[in-house]
Amino acid sequence: MIDSLSPTKPTPKQPQAEEKLTAKVTSFELKKNDKYYAWLFLGPSILLLTVFVFFPMIRTFYLSLFLTDTFGNPTVFVGLKNYTTLLKSASYMASLKATGTYVIGVSVFTIVFGLLLAAMANQKLRGIGFFRTVFTATMGVSVSVSAVFWLFMFNPSIGILNQVIKSFGAKPIMWLTTPSWAMVAVIATTVWMHLGFTFLLFFGALQSVPKSLYDAADVAGASPRYQFWHITLPMISPTMFFVAVITLISGFKSFGLIDLMTAGGPTNATNLLVYRVYKDAFMNGNYAQASTEAIILAIIIAIITFIQFKLLAKRVNY
Amino acid sequence: MQMDTTVMNQATTKRRIGNFFKYVALIILAFIVIFPFVLGLWTSFLPSMDIAKGSLWGGHLTLHNYVTAFTQTKILRYLLNSLVISTLVMFAHLFFCSLGAYAFVFLDFKYRNLLFYIVLGTMMLPFEAEVIPNFTTVKMLGLLNHYSVMVIPFLTSAFGIFMLRQTFKQIPKDLKEAADVDGLSHWQFYWQVTLPYSKISLFTLAAYSFLGSWNQYLWPMLTTFSDHLRPVQDGLRQLQSEETFNDWGMVQASAAIVVIPTLIVLFFGQHYFKSGLNEGSVK
Repeated sequence: MIDSLSPTKPTPKQPQAEEKLTAKVTSFELKKNDKYYAWLFLGPSILLLTVFVFFPMIRTFYLSLFLTDTFGNPTVFVGLKNYTTLLKSASYMASLKATGTYVIGVSVFTIVFGLLLAAMANQKLRGIGFFRTVFTATMGVSVSVSAVFWLFMFNPSIGILNQVIKSFGAKPIMWLTTPSWAMVAVIATTVWMHLGFTFLLFFGALQSVPKSLYDAADVAGASPRYQFWHITLPMISPTMFFVAVITLISGFKSFGLIDLMTAGGPTNATNLLVYRVYKDAFMNGNYAQASTEAIILAIIIAIITFIQFKLLAKRVNY
Repeated sequence: MQMDTTVMNQATTKRRIGNFFKYVALIILAFIVIFPFVLGLWTSFLPSMDIAKGSLWGGHLTLHNYVTAFTQTKILRYLLNSLVISTLVMFAHLFFCSLGAYAFVFLDFKYRNLLFYIVLGTMMLPFEAEVIPNFTTVKMLGLLNHYSVMVIPFLTSAFGIFMLRQTFKQIPKDLKEAADVDGLSHWQFYWQVTLPYSKISLFTLAAYSFLGSWNQYLWPMLTTFSDHLRPVQDGLRQLQSEETFNDWGMVQASAAIVVIPTLIVLFFGQHYFKSGLNEGSVK
């Protein structure tokens, strides 16, 4: 800067300009190279996503327009007939209803309990760290471990729940073989499984609410309940919406827990959409119907994911 | 003066009573959360005979269930399988997703935005709805009942690419320009600047990918049939549905063997999880 301003030293200017020029040339050459680097860097991912995500989606849609043989090969083109048949079938409607009950039940109770845990853990008390650790515990539990723990508790003869019920002199409940109780059982297990992660999300959200807001409310003499409804809830509503969306999506995809606990039973009471796809394809060999069900499931999940994505974009921006 | 101290004492007593109820509520909640664990762990130490009779208290404790689980089932093999598969998937995600994200942020090429939206689109497509053609594909490729069938379809992740792209976008443009002037190749900039700069995001993606793979259930169940290939989730299912169904002690011991390592990791990693999460919310 000073060099270029001083008229006495004009000579160093030239090599500098030359340097800048070469730098520009190399950067231009690099830009030209970008194309090859793009292929190299992005190629593997694009290839994998094409083979294992795009192609199967299109193929599933294609299969849903046909009748299929037992090997899953298309035979007769039937257009959208598979869809109309499915949407008219009472058993599919029952599955749709069961799935709705399941995902909404899971979402609501996960939010309520997760928020309760977070609110309780977000207090200044001696030893609160212990409780915070305990509340995150279910994060380490996988689907099959949860199923083992809860199957044992729901066991009709030796399970702890029925032992407690019997000790009060009441009639034991056939948890997993009564349609409505089976739904309760899978919802309870799913909620428990989600609690650790949800707690952590809500806890993080509560901690990031500015203290000054509460201080101001205290000065104004607002009750704790008033503060919760008018400060805390609005401030954490983005997290709440986020939790709702991810529990909804994971609910629609919940396969393992259903397979382990009820296998879609009793009398199809927990035969959720995702479980139907598996059953129709790999147990009944009806690939056309299974593909149709898969497409409907994919559309539902895609819509919710789209909402989530919009939300995510909003979060990232601010 | 006198008045003041009584008022103060009243306030302290009130606070103490309030705290007492808070602790009671916390203990009840903690009990609900942790009870299924404790019960499972407890029964894993009970003799099978006692469990079958439903008598959970008062019997003597034994390690017999663990001996059975280790010697008569392949639980250690299942654990090893899951560990290997999940580690491979984790490193593959770190590598391929970061390369892909780099291309979207630092490379200039035709159809870049279009390709990015296509990748984003795949995030909306649930794998569970695509298992039918995928099963046919891996069958055609001769991958059925092979380790690779649990790894190859999951080598990359649209979510990972998206997440790392968001992180890479925060790297100052000046850094890239300076690197261009210094004549750093894309590979050098990727390796020496981009990756070290994004450590936290890479760690998050690693945890996410590892857990995702660890929890895989449907796909391994469909594509593998041999016991020695089974990952833990499907292994536990096998133990639980086999003729050993009534040996609850052994099943609980196996579940404990599976869950205890993750609980230990969680316990020591919880500080990191919490601070990582807070950092995420501040951004």
